[in-house]
Amino acid sequence: MNFETIIGLEVHVELKTKSKIFSPSPNAFGAAPNENTNPIDLGYPGVLPVLNKEAVNFAMKAAMALNCEIATHTKFDRKNYFYPDNPKAYQISQFDQPIGENGWIEIEVDGYTKKIGITRIHMEEDAGKLSHTGDGYSLVDYNRQGTPLIEIVSEPDLRTPAEAYAYLEKLRNIIQYTGVSDVKMEEGSLRCDANISLRPIGQEKFGTKAELKNLNSFAFVQKGLEFEEKRQQKVLLAGGEILQETRRYDESTKETILMRIKEGSDDYRYFPEPDLVPLYIDDAWKERIRASIPELPDARKARYVNELGLPAYDAMVLTLSVEMSDFFEATLKAEADPKAASNWLMGEVSAYLNKQQKDLADIALTPEGLAKMITLIEDGTISSKMAKKVFAELVENGGDPEKIVKDKGLVQISDEGQLTEIISSILDQNEQSVIDFKNGKDRALGFLVGQVMKQTKGQANPPMVNKILIAEMNKR
Amino acid sequence: MSEITKEQVLHVAHLARLAITDEEAEKMTKELDAIIGYAELLNELDTDNVEPTTHVLDLKNVMREDEARKWIDREDALKNAPDQKNGQFRVPSILD
Repeated sequence: MNFETIIGLEVHVELKTKSKIFSPSPNAFGAAPNENTNPIDLGYPGVLPVLNKEAVNFAMKAAMALNCEIATHTKFDRKNYFYPDNPKAYQISQFDQPIGENGWIEIEVDGYTKKIGITRIHMEEDAGKLSHTGDGYSLVDYNRQGTPLIEIVSEPDLRTPAEAYAYLEKLRNIIQYTGVSDVKMEEGSLRCDANISLRPIGQEKFGTKAELKNLNSFAFVQKGLEFEEKRQQKVLLAGGEILQETRRYDESTKETILMRIKEGSDDYRYFPEPDLVPLYIDDAWKERIRASIPELPDARKARYVNELGLPAYDAMVLTLSVEMSDFFEATLKAEADPKAASNWLMGEVSAYLNKQQKDLADIALTPEGLAKMITLIEDGTISSKMAKKVFAELVENGGDPEKIVKDKGLVQISDEGQLTEIISSILDQNEQSVIDFKNGKDRALGFLVGQVMKQTKGQANPPMVNKILIAEMNKR
Repeated sequence: MSEITKEQVLHVAHLARLAITDEEAEKMTKELDAIIGYAELLNELDTDNVEPTTHVLDLKNVMREDEARKWIDREDALKNAPDQKNGQFRVPSILD
């Protein structure tokens, strides 16, 4: 029997507002435990939450960038549960009136594109962080309690673990461009749970799904799903039954491990949050937010191909992160040739960033510096070999490429008269090589080029040296 | 008409982490049934053209600007904690 895999993802994204969603506590990653809490976060009796307007703006911006319809009438609800990560014993969330619905994004996997539906996006507050100490106790840090979150629920449109990976990449990419979140999985500002089930091909009804948790990277999401796909298939082929269960991915064994079996559905007894009044989002507010959304990766990609004439691959690589794309555009603004700028960014610059494990923002290279260096190559002032030396200086210490070229004595000799003079004297000193060349020994040409370079300390323009050498030898 | 069962009462009691005796459950089943039955009188009203009420106050869009402010120190945050360690609240371990 052949099976079809059905995957749906739930992604939580922390919004980078200055303060929390319902209290003025600072919203910052990395503070000492419980440093950023107050009586509202701690759920003291008698306190009242007040909604942070910017959190709504950010949630709306993300929802719009993900092609959602934005609710006009919306509200918050209480989701009731007992767990020490939340001191109120309820989470303020949205139940039946999420801020965004019916969105979609387009993903590209192995050369095919596919539209993946987004069922809903709702706002909620994050919970505190528990560390289990292993001695029967847990320690709780409530700094994260009240951090604004959006939960993005996909349609069960994903059919392979690779599609799930591509969906997450695209989602992160788009949200990063909107600027509402850092979307860093390693800092927990993007988190993902995955639902996966199998059904015999041709069957309409979904099979029983398992929920995967503890997925700490996109790669683990894909690997966890791949393992789970095989596990469920094995169980089903053996005539077994898939139970509705929560499993976690173990990075060391690369397996999914049973956490608990779900009996019945969760019973959170949602009801409208009495401490918060409803939200009415009118068209003017929606338009204001819509106007603040920058050009998104797909639009930029298309523009790079259609208007700048870049290959699709370049456009894809350059738009993978908003920093790279912004840097590229600033380089163009400084009048660099698009293809040359793209080559440098995808080549030397990316290699340097990878090697140093740095972000573009942390290095000395500026778009203006890169553009100027490219111009110096194009007008023949420096050779591409010299450019590597200029680049090494620019990327470490910054500065003006023209000055670097002068300071390092890197100016290329491109004067035809000057080169002809040098070449003539070298040919006079190497008569045997001229004879060898005429007898068809190509190696002789290489030797002579080497002599010219030696005499000019590498500053001769190589294509010109070649051309003049051949011309001068043919005259003899 | 409503019909609250004892199973529902026990289920809700469990969700609210309330330990109730069998007798209490019997008693509450009857009482809750009466309460729900009374509330059901509202069903006699025609609400076809009435917007669902989600809040009793006729207010909307009460929001604050996004300004961060320190309010209490960590020592104060932990002052009422029954147990603490390393600046964190210490609770019995509950693994879900």
